[in-house]
Amino acid sequence: MDQAFDLPGLYPVLPEIALVGGAMALLMLAAFGGARAAGASNWLAIVVLGLAAVLVVATGTGKYEAFAGSFVLDDFARFMKIVTLVGSAAAILLAQESVGDQARGQYEYSVLILLSTAGMMVMISAADLIALYLGLELMSLALYVIAASERDSLRSSEAGLKYFVLGALSSGMLLYGSSLVYGFSGTVGFAGIARALAGGDSGIGLTIGLVFIFAGLCFKVSAVPFHMWTPDVYEGAPTYVTAFFAAAPKVAAMAVFMRTATNAFAPIVVQWQQIIVFVAIASMALGAFAAIGQTNIKRLMAYSSIGHMGFALVGLSAATPEGLQGVAIYMAIYMAMTLGAFACILAMRRADGAVEQIADLAGLARRSPTVAFFLAMLLFSLAGIPPLAGFFAKFYVFLAAIKAGLYALAVIGVITSVIGAYYYLLIIKVMYFDEPAPAFEPMRGELRMVLGVSGLFVLLFFIYPRPVVEAAALAAKSLF
Amino acid sequence: MYEAIVFLPLLGCLIAGLFGRVIGARAAELVTTILLFAAMVLSWIAFARVGLGQVNARVLVATFMHSGELKVDWALRVDTLTAVMLVVVTTISALVHLYSIGYMADDVHRPRFFAYLSLFTFAMLALVTADNLVQLFFGWEGVGLASYLLIGFWYHKPQANAAAIKAFIVNRVGDFGFALGIFAIFKMTGAVDFETIFAQAPALGGKTIHFLRWDIDALTLICVLLFIGAMGKSAQFLLHTWLPDAMEGPTPVSALIHAATMVTAGVFMVARLSPLFELAPNAQAFVTLVGATTAFFAATVALVQNDIKRIVAYSTCSQLGYMFVAMGVGAYSVGMYHLFTHAFFKALLFLGSGSVIHAMHHEQDIRHMGGLKDRIRVTYYVMVIGTLALTGFPLTAGYFSKDAIIEAAFAGKNAFAGYAFVLTLIAAGMTAFYSWRLIFKTFHGEPHDREHHAAAHESPLVMLVALVVLAAGSIFAGYPFKELFAGHAVGEFFRDSIRQSATILDDMHHLPIWIGLLPTAMMAAGFLLAWQFYLRRPDLPVALARQHDALYRFLLNKWYFDELYDFLLVRPAKRLGRLLWKGGDGWLIDGFGPDGVSARVIDVTRNVVRLQTGYLYHYAFAMLIGVAALITWFMFTGGPH
Repeated sequence: MDQAFDLPGLYPVLPEIALVGGAMALLMLAAFGGARAAGASNWLAIVVLGLAAVLVVATGTGKYEAFAGSFVLDDFARFMKIVTLVGSAAAILLAQESVGDQARGQYEYSVLILLSTAGMMVMISAADLIALYLGLELMSLALYVIAASERDSLRSSEAGLKYFVLGALSSGMLLYGSSLVYGFSGTVGFAGIARALAGGDSGIGLTIGLVFIFAGLCFKVSAVPFHMWTPDVYEGAPTYVTAFFAAAPKVAAMAVFMRTATNAFAPIVVQWQQIIVFVAIASMALGAFAAIGQTNIKRLMAYSSIGHMGFALVGLSAATPEGLQGVAIYMAIYMAMTLGAFACILAMRRADGAVEQIADLAGLARRSPTVAFFLAMLLFSLAGIPPLAGFFAKFYVFLAAIKAGLYALAVIGVITSVIGAYYYLLIIKVMYFDEPAPAFEPMRGELRMVLGVSGLFVLLFFIYPRPVVEAAALAAKSLF
Repeated sequence: MYEAIVFLPLLGCLIAGLFGRVIGARAAELVTTILLFAAMVLSWIAFARVGLGQVNARVLVATFMHSGELKVDWALRVDTLTAVMLVVVTTISALVHLYSIGYMADDVHRPRFFAYLSLFTFAMLALVTADNLVQLFFGWEGVGLASYLLIGFWYHKPQANAAAIKAFIVNRVGDFGFALGIFAIFKMTGAVDFETIFAQAPALGGKTIHFLRWDIDALTLICVLLFIGAMGKSAQFLLHTWLPDAMEGPTPVSALIHAATMVTAGVFMVARLSPLFELAPNAQAFVTLVGATTAFFAATVALVQNDIKRIVAYSTCSQLGYMFVAMGVGAYSVGMYHLFTHAFFKALLFLGSGSVIHAMHHEQDIRHMGGLKDRIRVTYYVMVIGTLALTGFPLTAGYFSKDAIIEAAFAGKNAFAGYAFVLTLIAAGMTAFYSWRLIFKTFHGEPHDREHHAAAHESPLVMLVALVVLAAGSIFAGYPFKELFAGHAVGEFFRDSIRQSATILDDMHHLPIWIGLLPTAMMAAGFLLAWQFYLRRPDLPVALARQHDALYRFLLNKWYFDELYDFLLVRPAKRLGRLLWKGGDGWLIDGFGPDGVSARVIDVTRNVVRLQTGYLYHYAFAMLIGVAALITWFMFTGGPH
């Protein structure tokens, strides 16, 4: 604990307060300000997210606590929060076309994103089981609503409902696990749990509690076998919502996963390592195999994200600072790739509406070569082809796994990434070598921006990777 | 200057090959031809300077490779032997380039053709200027490549492709021997450059190479292996089958590559390595045996062939056999003499045949010709000159060189010299017969097809110029060079470029007079027989063929070599290939490799996708199963300790 200078108690929570306050203000503004204010709410939400990011950065370095130690702001939290905030802001940009301009002015979307982001921030900083659950539930409740936000669409409603029911189940598991852990250790604080576990014979009860908590967290990162909701929700939800789902919440969930595993359950690393190894292998394999059978690109991205979570979990299973650094880098790069890819998917729109089949991309290289090039780069990166960023993401986690002696896991990871490369390359083949399908409408400015930024990040990461790599190293160190 | 001789054709090849489309066919023809003529002029200058002026040269161009013990320079070794080859190669090549401008006028791929011709010439010049075995091998393979490309030049013809592949594969057999020979030399001497090898060669006498359980005399083994390479390249008996088929290529190619130059590479190589062969009498005997057998065998086959180019091709094969006989008995200069004269008259015969084919609109069967001498008069005269030279009519080029070989065989000392003398003498008679048969059936008698005959036309001037120059060469390339190649000036002309048996020339000059007359008598007999058969009594050969049907078929089918090889080698190889392809690659590697793996992936995918039913309770069930499985796992492994 760094207590070099005394801080007011709420200081570390300022970004969250800003987000929640901003959400309230936007809600008031939209409710009383009429249609024009509603249209502006998207941009204002981005401003609020930016403000939160500034506040996170402004705390400098070092570790601060609030609420009697149940909320902690350290380098890890800062890194993950910045990534999450960027993801949320990009998701709002991507949604601009669908919710920002319409006459009905769906301002709820941006407000819900702010609230859910606030939940993610709490999760990332959670240092006890109560804070963890609060953040998780705040995030999830907002997500359930967003998933069903297209009220007229049967698929959207179905997606929201499925997500809600299964999410409730997973929350139940998480809570059940928490109660078991509390029962056997006598505390909810991560540090206390770790002390209790280190103290002596903890018994099978704690392990069962661990399994249930991890099951709940696995659900949030959609790792196998708790992934079943993902393809249906990704496909059913409106595309801009899917784009959001695939990015920021995954980062936050992975962050809380990492903190819980390393802080609370560090003494029984042998046990949780087994769980993570199993889940990682299952996720990578399922992500690789199932995606091959997909024709819908959103569904394909769902399986792709399952696979990528598996790769990220490889880093976590190493349970070393290098491994967690790898996960942090992985999540940052994964988010960039995913957002860029979704910018392209959102641009798949013809005069008679949006399309989402892979076949619709046929011949894109001839219709709009720049978009096709960027998408191809993103897909190559997702497949993990050097020298693109996706290669380094995989490289760091596999390296950590090798150093931790998890050879089989690393080999399986490489094999599944080879299998997975097939469906990314297939899309590139469709874009470059198939007879052109009818043209899409011109790509909107915001989409171009997101695609351009993420594309360049992925392309140029290898030239100057130091900032990300060093920040991730710092973040990982603060967990140990 | 020497660099220019070698690299001017390469320059032409690159210009025509890379920029042929840009500069156009006419420019490509002109560039390559002019560069070749320049190289020819330089070659004659080199010949005068090196051969007559007696100044050897060695030009270091670059270091080829340098790896451990192996040092290979790229150097041009220009001594008399090389100078002779330079003259032959560039002269024939230049004339063939010129001729091809007329012959290939209708072809749309002329830039490619001329690029290949020049590429061939470059490779051949690299071969003859080689200073070491590796460089020699480079040129050796280079001419093989050019030969392959040119035989298959009309790649839309299946026979042409088949012939190209056949030439390539048969040459592989020879090249394998050649490569082994080079390895053996490197093993024994630790060097590949000629100077070192020749210096060390005498010390190798009596040394052996241990292979499996045998100890083989090193020099004999080396020379035989190298000669196997020469057998492939020079189409000697057993490895000759590719040469007749190679006639599928355009006729100028046959003249340049498959008559005058490339096929003589084997002869040149033996002459170049004469310091080794002189030390290996057993290998020399083998060379004599193979050469004599080839000379005889090819002549018998040529007796009954009907394709004008194939007759000339077998004739080439036979004449190459003559050259090897000379090499085998140690009369290297005499063999080179025949190489030199043969290049002129054989190129002439091929180009003349090309002119006939050109006139007859690509008809090659002499049974469908006849009576052409009035329609294409110039071609007729030059063909007659070529035939006179080939058959050894007194005072023509072939007369001096071929008689010298037969005399050398008689004077030779090795075990097969007598055999060689008898066979080459008989072959001389047969040569006269089949050559005159060709002339009579093509140019004399009644036209087979009036319409074709009437449409026959003389070739354009560029072609005739080349023919006339070669005709002049066929007459005058003999006598002026007699002293240099087979007379008293051999020693100072060739100097150390060949190591000739000390006594062979002396022995040749002291033979009874009737030995010198015998070949001429055989030639006359062959001529008379042909005249009797094809001019006076055209019914005779038909009756004779019917009477000796088995023999006729045996010869017509070229001693059944193609069938034999097909049965012994080609079909088993195909069967093995098929087995490896279908069973080894298709079933085993593809089945359990890429195909099998991808099929399993698809299966797994199908099953995994089927799990995704869309039912909420299935999903919830999966989650509970997952939790239950993990808990069960920990209950059995014991949990934390």
